[in-house]
Amino acid sequence: MGTTASQLGKDSLSEYQELTFLTKQEILLAHKRFTELQNRDERNHLNATRVPMEKILTLPELKSNPFRKRICHVFSTSEAKDGSLTFEDFLDLLSAFSDSATLEIKSHYAFRIFDFDDDGTLDCGDLEKLVNCLTGETDDTRLTSEEMRQLISNILEESDIDKDGTVNLSEFQHVISRSPDFVSSFKIVL
Amino acid sequence: MARSVDFDLSHTLMEAGLESPADEDGVHDSFSRLIAEQSQSEGQSAIELQDLQRDLEEEGQDHVAHLSGPEYREWIGSDDTEEEDNERQTDSLIKEPWSSATMKILSSMPSRTIGHSRGAIISQYYNRTMLLRRRRQSRPAIKDYSRSARPSIRGYGMEADTTDSAERKQERLVNNLQNLPVGDRVRMLRAMPLNLAEKTKLRRLTLETNKLTRSSSGLLCCSRLKLCIIIALRHSCTSTGNLPPELHKNREPFTGLELLTGTGYFSDTLMYYGYYSNYTLRSHMNNCTENNLPSSAKRECESKYPSYNMPLAYFFTIGMVFFITCIILVYSMSKSFGQSFRIDKSHSMLAMKAFCSWDFKVVKKSSVKLMSENIYTQLKELLAEVNQRHNKNTALQKLWRLMVHGLAWTICIAGTTGCVIAIYFSSDYVHKQRAGNVSGGSLLKEASLLALPVLVSLINLLLPGLFNLAAWMEEYNSPSVRTYVAISRNLMLKVSVLGVLCYHWLSRVAYNSDRDIYIKTSSQCWESFVGQELYRFLIIDFIFTLLNTLFGELLWRIFSDKVLKNKRRPGFDIAKNVLDLIYGQTLAWLGVLFTPLLPAVQVLKLLLLFYIKMSSVMMNCQAPRRPYRVSQMTTIFITLLCFPSFLGASVCVTYTMWSINPSESCGPFRGRKTMFQAGKHWIEELEKENPHLSLLARAHTYLVENPFFLFVGAAITLIVIYFHSQVVDGQRKIITLLQEQIENVGKDKKFLITRLQSMHEQKKTPKRSLASQDSGC
Repeated sequence: MGTTASQLGKDSLSEYQELTFLTKQEILLAHKRFTELQNRDERNHLNATRVPMEKILTLPELKSNPFRKRICHVFSTSEAKDGSLTFEDFLDLLSAFSDSATLEIKSHYAFRIFDFDDDGTLDCGDLEKLVNCLTGETDDTRLTSEEMRQLISNILEESDIDKDGTVNLSEFQHVISRSPDFVSSFKIVL
Repeated sequence: MARSVDFDLSHTLMEAGLESPADEDGVHDSFSRLIAEQSQSEGQSAIELQDLQRDLEEEGQDHVAHLSGPEYREWIGSDDTEEEDNERQTDSLIKEPWSSATMKILSSMPSRTIGHSRGAIISQYYNRTMLLRRRRQSRPAIKDYSRSARPSIRGYGMEADTTDSAERKQERLVNNLQNLPVGDRVRMLRAMPLNLAEKTKLRRLTLETNKLTRSSSGLLCCSRLKLCIIIALRHSCTSTGNLPPELHKNREPFTGLELLTGTGYFSDTLMYYGYYSNYTLRSHMNNCTENNLPSSAKRECESKYPSYNMPLAYFFTIGMVFFITCIILVYSMSKSFGQSFRIDKSHSMLAMKAFCSWDFKVVKKSSVKLMSENIYTQLKELLAEVNQRHNKNTALQKLWRLMVHGLAWTICIAGTTGCVIAIYFSSDYVHKQRAGNVSGGSLLKEASLLALPVLVSLINLLLPGLFNLAAWMEEYNSPSVRTYVAISRNLMLKVSVLGVLCYHWLSRVAYNSDRDIYIKTSSQCWESFVGQELYRFLIIDFIFTLLNTLFGELLWRIFSDKVLKNKRRPGFDIAKNVLDLIYGQTLAWLGVLFTPLLPAVQVLKLLLLFYIKMSSVMMNCQAPRRPYRVSQMTTIFITLLCFPSFLGASVCVTYTMWSINPSESCGPFRGRKTMFQAGKHWIEELEKENPHLSLLARAHTYLVENPFFLFVGAAITLIVIYFHSQVVDGQRKIITLLQEQIENVGKDKKFLITRLQSMHEQKKTPKRSLASQDSGC
């Protein structure tokens, strides 16, 4: 633990504490877990190197999550849009999924995770993918196309206030604000 | 989010909207101006576009319909027959073969960029810091209100413009952040949905020039004040709880059965009404009595030291308990009403299910699969429910249903009536038997006290089963209706059972207390007897709940796991459990007057019950397959707790205080005609001692004993409630108006986009037709 702390540096540690919803222990744990994912020679340049998405997805916390790839893509700052994460991106991820993150920030990132085509709004395609992720990959739990059509038209009817056929961020947050247990379920703890 | 984001030309739009959200003209006008501004960079095409816009304004929305893409039509279209709302298919902006320019504008709409682009987020937070500053400090400089800082269509229209102004926006944001107190700044930075690198940059920029550090002393002061208040409250609570008892009597030996019956060892303790004395206790009383002082000096000496008037203390403690409980209940009721009626009619069950049901904490592969399956079945059930809503029954089916409902209600009412009659006669019989039968083992006699509570608890346990059977026969479609029916039936049962018991205690036992019919000796006071009865009811209710948990849930789970080998587990019936809690609470409220320590017993019981139920739910029950509308249900339960439960209990207690003779030989009110007279007596004594307080006495006679003021108070409460309901009604109307307005804005957006698209097509076609003409020539 001592070595990782010295590697991280006191300044950056306090800075991370101030800018994220994580505690000191959580940041140190995240650092430890992140360095485990890095190659041996990369460990000295913490923020310079990116860990590719495939490696991030080996984390048991993400491994079986159906939204794992979306999560990586949303939090990645990579230019190439390959979903690779730096340590800071990793902290961002954990901060948004942490206990003390606000409903607002959680719903913001949830929206971006569910926005599969990254066009800033949830349209029918996004909703279909979202529902498919929720019901799982296997064929026996997949909704039929008729059911899916009905489901999506109902979702839009319920949440699309301006009737433009898509759910935008404000409408999404409006729905989320009524759900009592979203904050407790939108969590990943290392 | 969107509150801070609006179109740049929103002034006209908002004004038009405020007069009437349906005022299409004003809205369209503002948009034509908007389009003009947008397309100025495109030069000549602007005028053309404006003309077209004006032309089409008269023709209205109908034109938009046929422009909808065929693909989307197919998607929603087959739902046609059920959907009354045909408009919504046409009002879609997606899956249309847009041209690239339209796509560009579409993708840079504020509603789409807000969660996305860095510039939008920065300006959003700029606005927020602005608000915070405005609230916290003196007004900022006017130049800070610059328009370009707001997210605007103008800013998003052109790529170059966005990047350019983003720098300026960021500068302004940093400037604002610097002026915020440290705590707010940290909170604001933390809550920004930007990535860490950006946030680090912002923080460094903020810290660079910032030397202004404000301590959060105001906050500290506040919290200290809060702590002080809490401590003071706690002190006052404990001090009012200490009622000095009458010191006397040898106790009966402890056998163990007392824990259930509450008699014997417990009967002459602080637990019950009969133990409290009717003295006025004075500290340093001895000093005054020892010296042989003249009576005037003695009175002076007595009045110098604080005295403790036992009956008055008893009276006011009970009164305060009910008053405080009433205030807390009304407050929480109003709060939960506010929560559940904040929203309009739609409950958005499906959307909530889709957006919020995934639990990201779940890690194991098998659990993930299980959760997927669960969500799948839930979605299917919800869909089936939505479909069922559209089905209409024929007249014959309706008649059949009506008959079934009538039969079910008859069964339930008959069952309840039977139980009530049984309790009515058995309560009489059991106690007469017990009082008359002097011989026999004392243990058996003690145990026979438990017969009535056991009977009532059995009824409470078995009758809901009958109700469930009736509900199963009725086959309700919607789960909410089923829950409401179950709640009302259970409520009917509990209210009538408690009503009969109250009649038994307050009329039969209290009225006949001097005739030894129900109570074995006249030395025992009927108040203590009723207190013991309530204690027994509470304890037996607790035991039955425990047994129900053990046999109904644990053993049933084991049986169904081991023998039946199916995975169906009993569901946790929230409605029944909450009603049980309300029943227990009503017993506790009823008993406060007769058993001052009953609330303590109730608290202990609730604590135990909570942990036992929690572990039982975790171990034995399966999650309900239908989501529970938490806020709405909470409102209903709190209303039930307030209305029949608390109101009934307080009416009973007030009736007892007001018009029933207290026991002659025990309790703080012995020798008085009613308990209420304790206050009057005290006032009279006070008047005798200091004659200039006669005003107070007169006020007391007028205010408390005159029913007129009671009516005035009730009327004022009713008026306040009426005003509040009117306010809520108005807010609901405003919500619908605003929603309409949002819809109209959406329509406008749609209209503009289709115009833009047709513009582009027309721009292309003339060229093409010109070219064809050329070739033709």
